[in-house]
Amino acid sequence: MAGLILIIIAALFFPGIILRTKSIASGRKGPGIFQPVKDIRVLVRKGSVFSNTAGIVFRIAPAVTLSSIVCASLVLPFANQEALISFDGDFIFFAYLLALGKFFSIIGALDTGSSFEGMGANREAFFSMLIEPAFFILMATFAMFTGYTSFSDIFRHFFLTGNDYVLIYSIIGCYLLIQIAMIENSRVPVDDPKTHLELTMIHEVMILDNSGFDKALIHIGSYLKFAIYGSLVFNALVPSGWSVWLHAALFILVQALFAVIIGLLESFRARNKMNKNPKFILTISAIAMIAFVVILILTSKLT
Amino acid sequence: MDGSVILLIIMLLSFLVFAVPRPFKYYFLLISLTGGIILTSLWSIAAFSSGGATAEINIPVAFIPTLVIDRISAFFIIVVNITVFVGFLYARGYLKPYYGTRNALRFSIHYFSYLWLWLSMILVVMIRDGMAFLIAWELMALSSFMLVIFDAEDRITMKTGISYLIQMHAGMFFILVSFLVVEKETGQMSFDALKTYFSSHSNLPLFLLFFIGFGIKAGFVPLHTWLPQAHPAAPSHVSGVMSGVMIKMGIYGIIRVLMSVQSGILGIGIIMLAVSIVSGLYGVMMAIMQHDLKRLLAYHSIENIGIIGIGIGLGMIGSASGNTTLSLLGFSGGMLHVLNHSLFKSLLFFNAGSVYQSAHTRNIEELGGLMKRMPYTAGLFLLGSLAICGLPPFNGFISEYLIYIGMFKSLPSAGLNQSIILLLSITGMVLIGGLAVFCFTKVFGIAFLGEPRSEKASHASEAARSMIMPQLISAAFILLIGLASFLVIKPLFKTVSEAFIIPYTEIVSSPSVSSLSQISILGGIFVILTAVILLYRYYHLRSRTVSAGPTWGCGYTAGNYRQQYTSTSYSYNYNHLAKPLLQTKKIMEDIGEDEIFPAGRTFEQHSDDAFKKILIDKPVDWFSSLLKNIAVMQTGEIRHYILYAFIFMLLILLLTLFKVI
Repeated sequence: MAGLILIIIAALFFPGIILRTKSIASGRKGPGIFQPVKDIRVLVRKGSVFSNTAGIVFRIAPAVTLSSIVCASLVLPFANQEALISFDGDFIFFAYLLALGKFFSIIGALDTGSSFEGMGANREAFFSMLIEPAFFILMATFAMFTGYTSFSDIFRHFFLTGNDYVLIYSIIGCYLLIQIAMIENSRVPVDDPKTHLELTMIHEVMILDNSGFDKALIHIGSYLKFAIYGSLVFNALVPSGWSVWLHAALFILVQALFAVIIGLLESFRARNKMNKNPKFILTISAIAMIAFVVILILTSKLT
Repeated sequence: MDGSVILLIIMLLSFLVFAVPRPFKYYFLLISLTGGIILTSLWSIAAFSSGGATAEINIPVAFIPTLVIDRISAFFIIVVNITVFVGFLYARGYLKPYYGTRNALRFSIHYFSYLWLWLSMILVVMIRDGMAFLIAWELMALSSFMLVIFDAEDRITMKTGISYLIQMHAGMFFILVSFLVVEKETGQMSFDALKTYFSSHSNLPLFLLFFIGFGIKAGFVPLHTWLPQAHPAAPSHVSGVMSGVMIKMGIYGIIRVLMSVQSGILGIGIIMLAVSIVSGLYGVMMAIMQHDLKRLLAYHSIENIGIIGIGIGLGMIGSASGNTTLSLLGFSGGMLHVLNHSLFKSLLFFNAGSVYQSAHTRNIEELGGLMKRMPYTAGLFLLGSLAICGLPPFNGFISEYLIYIGMFKSLPSAGLNQSIILLLSITGMVLIGGLAVFCFTKVFGIAFLGEPRSEKASHASEAARSMIMPQLISAAFILLIGLASFLVIKPLFKTVSEAFIIPYTEIVSSPSVSSLSQISILGGIFVILTAVILLYRYYHLRSRTVSAGPTWGCGYTAGNYRQQYTSTSYSYNYNHLAKPLLQTKKIMEDIGEDEIFPAGRTFEQHSDDAFKKILIDKPVDWFSSLLKNIAVMQTGEIRHYILYAFIFMLLILLLTLFKVI
């Protein structure tokens, strides 16, 4: 439960920290840290405009997506506390439920009959298909490393395996999780949320027609998604077994650091050319594959 | 009265359909079929509750062999019965437009073949005797052939039907040869004799023979070539039944053979797994390139057969290495996917049929906007799409989850080779899942959402209630298995452990059972949460101003339906990446340098099935060109033929003279 509350708290700050980092890095005064949350308040209070073409799928898609993200967060553990619901292979459920949310956001975009939104939907589907293997190979590596097959068990035993090379895993895990998070959340270098040309967008162009309450739901979903991946990074980085308060403090710190990293990356890194993206994403799967080979060596299966 | 007599009566009664007056033909057959389905379902329920004993049914007619029902047979009977029943209910509405144009005999033959397709499938899973099995197998091929060529006026349909028949017999030939090998060595031609054969002979060659034979029916790559042709040609209720259950008879045959295999299990498992991963990936990769709704679904059948095969292959590998978790979960996942696929694939085919009937086209590029015009059909199609992509909380997820968790649980204790096999299978499964999502977002988004892309689609209207109601049965099963999987898992585990002699212990099975109940809880939470958000949204929007306007066109206000994203453009970037594998061909004329005002041009893009080209088209072309060359001799002049006869006689004479023959 504590984990869930912390994820929600982190989600409140996360986008604000990214924004602040970016504005500081570019020498602007920039909006305050709570600007994204204020934006949501404004959106909720507004009415909505619906396209004449859009039907019921467009209207239910944001709600389904948000609900899938919230449900996916239920299987996430927080340090040594077990997740609300934890079972063997809960990460499979986690990944597939997020895919369900994505399925709906894609068909929601296609429902407007706009060529721009079709383009975004297509890219979203294509890139998230390519990134799936990386997550599963990473989880396979973790399962092999710890000998367990649920988020809670894996992370509880992550630092207790007695393996001297745990730090390598921790770092590779964080690196991959951050990369996956960037792609899943459509950030630089795959996508740039601040781009101003529809032709070059991915996620932003999918939600061009959403307004008011629905758009607020979409934003909440993407903030939560950041915090969820941040929480995975935290679990892979911080050993369990310390006191709850220390964990909570570290959790917030890791999340803030994660947000700052994203902000810095987006300030100093250019976005990929669109047709370079598949290569970039497949490279991440390849790195995960290498991590798997390394684990084979470490567990002396490959000598 | 004995149950077996009822089955016999149904067989005989089916001939009466030719005599029944036309308006009652359907109902006559419905009653016979329902009777048979109730009877066989009772048999299989009895087999499930009998605690693993096999039931034997003797039909008091000399030439019909004893029918044996064990849990595997019982499982397949249930799979067959659900889809065949739903399919026949659906057929009433689907065939209605044909009443005016087809004569009564055509309908009699169609209904008759439908009943016999069901009957032959039921017999296939219950007969153990080799010869009788082959007869039932042949009946299945013939009756499905008759069903496929319902539209026999259409030359393409007829040609496809013939090609289907030939390929089925190629498969039959392999099964026949395999049985003959068994008979030669053991003196007995039956599935029971397989064990004797396998215990004293090398296992792999005979397995491969059987695998090719059954694999053609199941549609494993590269034996799948009949599938994408036959399914679009057949009427939709028939494609639903064929894709949903008939191809599973191939899986049934493979399972039967695997149950008897004694040695070399690891090799067999790896071959099975490799072929399945290739099938799964190739099926879905080809599916994305299709524009014909039913052909696309046919390719997805290949993909799902691949997933089933992955489960079974992993099960074999688990059995070989004594890993009970992997074998139990692998086999169970594969078997459950047999049931799941029969549910959602038939549902999708029925919906495709409704779309075809209403919009008169199966081309996705000409559809669009159907969600508003046919909301129930679209909703059911969406349900089927989510299930086939393996997304929670629907049934496809449960079977894929079982296979996944079997793999992940075996990883820590696996050796080097096994780890690599497992990792490749995981990657394969993930890619199949991702590509399926890509494909079905495309199908659903292009065919059902947006604005109609053609005149035909804009005149579409909702399918008749008689076509929608039956589909609700399939939908209910999909949701039931998806949300309450813990109900079906225990009988399934028992079936699998009995069939493959896996020691069934609580230690192995209970974590999975409790995981499945957790999944059900999470699925429930998800459904409730979604409902709550939607309800809140509804009340929230009531107090806000909600207005309508055109879709945002980047400032361009004269947008029309032709500017929507199309199926081709949706698969463009994927096509770019997968080009080396797909052999996409573009036919277009370049613009010349001196062509200042380019004239109108056409552009075509095809992606051919490489396996079909190599295995079917090329040999056939080669053979027919050879025959064409020989046809030079066929001059039509009588003196030439007399000359041939003379040469032949001379040849015989000379050969006997020199004692060659």
